[in-house]
Amino acid sequence: MTANVTAETLAAPQEVGHPRAGVPAVRVQQVSQVFERDRPPVLDRVDLTVRPGEFVCLLGASGCGKSTLLNIIAGLTEPTSGTVEVSARRPALMFQEPALLPWLTAAGNVELALRARGVGRAERREEALRLLALVNLEGAGDKRVHELSGGMRQRVALARSLAQDSSVLLMDEPFAALDAITRDVLHLELARVWAEQGLSVVFVTHNVREAVRLGQRVLLMGSRPGRVVREWQVDLPQPRTIESPGVGALAAEITTELHREISRHGR
Amino acid sequence: MAASPVRTDARAGGTRDVEAGLDALDSAPTLPSRPGAGQRFVRIVLPPVVFLAAVVGIWQLAYVAEVKPSYALPSPADVFDVFWSSLTDGSAFEAVWTSLRRGGVGFALSLVIGTALGLAMWWSRWLRAAVGPIVSGLQSLPSVAWVPAAIIWFGLSNAAIYTVVLLGAVPSIANGLLGGLKQVPPLFDRVGRVLGLSTLGRTRHVLLPAALPGYLGGLRQGWAFAWRSLMAAELITYSPQLGQGLGQLLNVGRELSQMSLVITSIALILAVGIAIELLVFAPIERRVLTRRGLTIG
Repeated sequence: MTANVTAETLAAPQEVGHPRAGVPAVRVQQVSQVFERDRPPVLDRVDLTVRPGEFVCLLGASGCGKSTLLNIIAGLTEPTSGTVEVSARRPALMFQEPALLPWLTAAGNVELALRARGVGRAERREEALRLLALVNLEGAGDKRVHELSGGMRQRVALARSLAQDSSVLLMDEPFAALDAITRDVLHLELARVWAEQGLSVVFVTHNVREAVRLGQRVLLMGSRPGRVVREWQVDLPQPRTIESPGVGALAAEITTELHREISRHGR
Repeated sequence: MAASPVRTDARAGGTRDVEAGLDALDSAPTLPSRPGAGQRFVRIVLPPVVFLAAVVGIWQLAYVAEVKPSYALPSPADVFDVFWSSLTDGSAFEAVWTSLRRGGVGFALSLVIGTALGLAMWWSRWLRAAVGPIVSGLQSLPSVAWVPAAIIWFGLSNAAIYTVVLLGAVPSIANGLLGGLKQVPPLFDRVGRVLGLSTLGRTRHVLLPAALPGYLGGLRQGWAFAWRSLMAAELITYSPQLGQGLGQLLNVGRELSQMSLVITSIALILAVGIAIELLVFAPIERRVLTRRGLTIG
């Protein structure tokens, strides 16, 4: 496994981790979403561009429309107005819940994604096991969902997303329900997979430190109407952890801004 | 990301160790080992046997005390004699086989019709609104109420019997499937859409498997209703041309005022019900629930 990773990393195109210019991975233009006519729009003319290979975190309080925006990018929800372009055929989406199908094994869940993509029966099993190994779950292929811990389930969900072979990965608070230790480890895991696979990631969270620890860019969303109010470029060196001093300092700055944004609604 | 491949690799190794430790600590413990044959006998077989023995004991006491005249309350030994001779002359097997075949055919037909109806009600909101209340209502209508109508339509025939069985079982199966489909978490459907499955693919790989526990519940209830309806129908549609099922055996006992035969028939009807439950539905349900981690055993 270790040797394989090295080989693949070396063989991967050089743009890995280095966003190249050209067609954006995701381009959201003037997207608005109105659910109820008399209330402020959930999303108000949101613009967002994600470069290929970029890791962007969408940060905001509950109810700011960040999940709605993600669903719109995923094509699950039609926006009221505006346009969305995604360079991938179909972006992969990870939910806060692992959302694994409990009647299938870990490998079976990954295989379903391969099947949906049209991968032949003969190759599915092997490819599913390879993807599970990629998230350090070799040997867990035949396990039932209920036999896996929360962290393992979320890694199977990540393997299933990778099975979609999409260059764009959307993540909707995928680690919010996990304990802090498991979350830290999954941050490492995700950062590694992102770098290896050259993915473009849009990561939604309400955890400021998580956003700073993972993202190359952090976008703060305001609520009612939901829109991007500020953005930060995160120039801290990789690898970093949630405890890195730079992460703490920037997180403090963003938190102040976030609190100011939230306080607007109490007045 | 300035991390070199080697660096990435080393970090991956670190993650691997921590993850392996977390996985080991955090995983659900493996299922407790299956109890041995002796333990299973004591826990599963012994209690009902003891209970049955107690019932027969009380029955014997009531017989000795002559609570009722002996034509109305025969002794356990008398009933056992009738039961034994019905086994040795083969009449019990014939009756059980005749009823079981009718029940099986009737249930198979109900399965096809009930499943189609349940799916149709799921797909068509209009149909659900139109026939949903009636299908639910039919579940609480004792299907013996259909017997007179069935006899008027089809005479004393197997067709009349099947009609009653179908009207008893189809609503349960259709409702069970519909209930199962309604309880499928919307998240599963979103997963299917994110993965890019077509409507047909989502139905086959996500919706139907997710609805299976509810559907199985419906099938189980459907069988119980089919079996009950069959007994009611056989009891009333008595004709020399028809094969003699358990319900008809019951009727013979009544006409001859032979309580031993009546009790024998009831015991046989009950035995078939218990056997189907234990040999067919319980194992399937256990299998499905265990795979999904939905049972505590």
